[in-house]
Amino acid sequence: MNRFDWRLALGVAVVGAACLLWLVVAGVLLWAVLDPADWETVTEALGGRGGLLLFLWAGSLIPVAALLRYLIAQYIRAPARLAEEAMLRVNNEKAGPLKLRGSRQNQRLAELLNGLLEKQYALQAEMDDRVREASRQTELEKSRLAALMSELTKSVVVCNLDGRILLYNNRARIQFRRLSRTPGVAGGAELMGLGRSIYTVLDRRLVQHALENVQRRLNRGAGAPSAQFVTSTPSGKLLRVQMTPVRQVEASVQNDAPRSVAEMTGFVLLIENITDDMQADSEKDRLLTSLTEGSRAALANTRAAIEVLEYPDIEDCMRERLLGVIREEIQGLSERIGEVQQSTSKALRSRWPLEDMLAGDLIEVAIKRIRSELGLHAEHESVDDELWLKVESFTLLQALLHLAGRLQEHCEVRSVALRLGEREGQAFLDLMWTPDQGDGNKAELGWDMEPIRVGRETLSLTVHDVLERHGGECWIEQEVGDKRHRCFFRLLLPLATPQEELPTATFMRHESRPEYYDFDLFQSSARSESLDDCPLGELVYTVFDTETTGLNPAGGDEIIQIGAVRIVNGKVLRNEYFDQLVDPRRLIPPAGIQIHGITPDMVRGQPAIEEVLPAFHSFCSDTVLVAHNAAFDMRCLALKEKQTGLKFDHPVLDTLLLSALVHENQESHRLEAIAERFGLTIIGRHTAIGDAMVTAEILVQLIPLLADKGVHTLGQARQAAQQTYYARINY
Amino acid sequence: MKSRILIADDEPNIVISLEYLMRREGHEVSVARDGDEALEMIRREPPDLVLLDAMMPGKTGFEVCQAVRDDESLAEVKIVMLTAKGRETDMAKGKALGVDAYIVKPFSTRELAEKVRSMLADPK
Repeated sequence: MNRFDWRLALGVAVVGAACLLWLVVAGVLLWAVLDPADWETVTEALGGRGGLLLFLWAGSLIPVAALLRYLIAQYIRAPARLAEEAMLRVNNEKAGPLKLRGSRQNQRLAELLNGLLEKQYALQAEMDDRVREASRQTELEKSRLAALMSELTKSVVVCNLDGRILLYNNRARIQFRRLSRTPGVAGGAELMGLGRSIYTVLDRRLVQHALENVQRRLNRGAGAPSAQFVTSTPSGKLLRVQMTPVRQVEASVQNDAPRSVAEMTGFVLLIENITDDMQADSEKDRLLTSLTEGSRAALANTRAAIEVLEYPDIEDCMRERLLGVIREEIQGLSERIGEVQQSTSKALRSRWPLEDMLAGDLIEVAIKRIRSELGLHAEHESVDDELWLKVESFTLLQALLHLAGRLQEHCEVRSVALRLGEREGQAFLDLMWTPDQGDGNKAELGWDMEPIRVGRETLSLTVHDVLERHGGECWIEQEVGDKRHRCFFRLLLPLATPQEELPTATFMRHESRPEYYDFDLFQSSARSESLDDCPLGELVYTVFDTETTGLNPAGGDEIIQIGAVRIVNGKVLRNEYFDQLVDPRRLIPPAGIQIHGITPDMVRGQPAIEEVLPAFHSFCSDTVLVAHNAAFDMRCLALKEKQTGLKFDHPVLDTLLLSALVHENQESHRLEAIAERFGLTIIGRHTAIGDAMVTAEILVQLIPLLADKGVHTLGQARQAAQQTYYARINY
Repeated sequence: MKSRILIADDEPNIVISLEYLMRREGHEVSVARDGDEALEMIRREPPDLVLLDAMMPGKTGFEVCQAVRDDESLAEVKIVMLTAKGRETDMAKGKALGVDAYIVKPFSTRELAEKVRSMLADPK
């Protein structure tokens, strides 16, 4: 410890001064008490040796200093150090126990503190464990809910009271993708995304009206209040929307069970596309009308003609004309009946809930059930796996089991085979068996009229009923194969229109579960203040990057790729991204291809900029635009303003400028350099989406650092960025 | 006394029978093939009674009926609406528009003839 210690110096000075004072006082007193002669003797004795006296005084100060130093170290510095070290250890377990130093009392104090710290650490660890466990549970519940939602066949969207989307499922994503005016470009991500407003797809007034209805019912104390409305989309689809409130949950005082109160915090929308249902309904209406009103006119014509014919004195030519009328009307009626029958089999049958099922799946289940329930050997033969059927699989399987069971009982059949195929717009399902030689075919068609019996259970349905529901039929046929002669029950079943299955790639591009929910948005409310006053952490950002044919947009260089990703609630939404190649309709210089890797082949057939920018514009509506070196990208967008009529007048932040603001002493603010500083890895550098993703991560990291610099709001960030040196670069 | 009757219907198959029937009843019959023609004929030479089909090309029976009833000079014209629409709402509409009789197809020709006879005998 070489530091000059003012306490030591002060102590020595005080003691020295005291000694000096004592000497002087002693001298003065002596002088006052002694008579001049004695005083003379004293001064004589001391005469000339005053320096010795001073030396003695100074010498005595050395042991004093040593003593003081010891005392300070033991009783002042040691406790102070102990306090500092203890302070450090309160929140940092890794520092180890306090060293026992200094006086005995100090050592005891250290021991005591060590004991207390030990207890504190244990408590802390326990708390941490509990918190971790609790949040793990919450996470688990949330992801379970999200998983459940994604399996539902109805579209589900959960919004907070401002209409911002907190959760949506796959089905909703698909449905709204169909509503998108440019489905190929953004994949509907410009409509359906976390934090986006539901009012871009549903009329605000309709939703508000439904909300008011629900609130009214809630206030009245209804148990399960909900509201419904039907709305049409710009593309002419009809949607039925059911709204259910999300209620405020309060822990009641008596017991900790959460209790719902009448206050709403958001709402759940169940959205169903009823276009097809409505079409079926109106088709039914049309059929009914054609049956009643259409037939009435024809009957009237016929009846009148017949009644006129009954006059005995009718002329021959009139008789011929009237007979002609009757023939024509009867013919017309027959045709109408034929038409009605054909369409009823499609339109009127849909009342029984049939579901779409893959032929392969149905056969697989059927074989399993026949084997397990009847102990029969069962196998499949030429099944068209790709065929979609429209069936009610439970009763259909029961019917199959019934028939197979009857075969087993009556014909001693031990092995059956199933065959499924398509013929003339219908599916046929054959239950085949080889009858015993000699006995012939003992199977009876009458079996389809008896109640279905499976094991000990008898249903009130017959096979005939089941097929009726499907608008199908059933009969027994025989066929003579290569060697043997076989029989089969043929069941005719309706086909389904092939299902719209989304390519799995849409969901699986990232390994993690898609971020389809963010319940933290429940807490956020409408921002009344202007964006400039908004804290950086609460804003919604669209972070984007463009790849261009060159670096001179004003000189004719064009955008060839746009990639963008949003940040909502401080999280990068990696699954709701915008990634689109653009046909520049000009040459891509080979020099650029080496950087961005986009070849003329890749952009051929891609949409042009007039098509992509509208989708991108809606993708980033109501957000703050962010780019690295934003001036360049914004310049590219601005140059297209005249052509597309789209103004990108969003607030803009530049990560290059923000980085320069936070790390003013760093040399490089290139994207790679910043990413490296933050320990981020860039996947796909110089692809628009890759750069946009890493820029987004950088922004998330920059926000807290900006706060340390006193930059908290968007306004402050923009102002501070303006002032940095780089702001003067202009493209 | 010979009455003049206008048959307004776009379906020749019913016109044949109606025309024969009315002639046989001793009336003077003319035929219109659509609503516009019917209205024009009614205005040119007001008949005593119109057998008016509800569904016709051009003006529908209802529209013709309304136009006739709006014209004071045609107040004497009696209107029998023949229609395949048997719903209560349609009948109410016919009544409201001033139809004198509403007959739903199919009908008995004998009853129709009787109805026409009694309506012609009964001054309005």
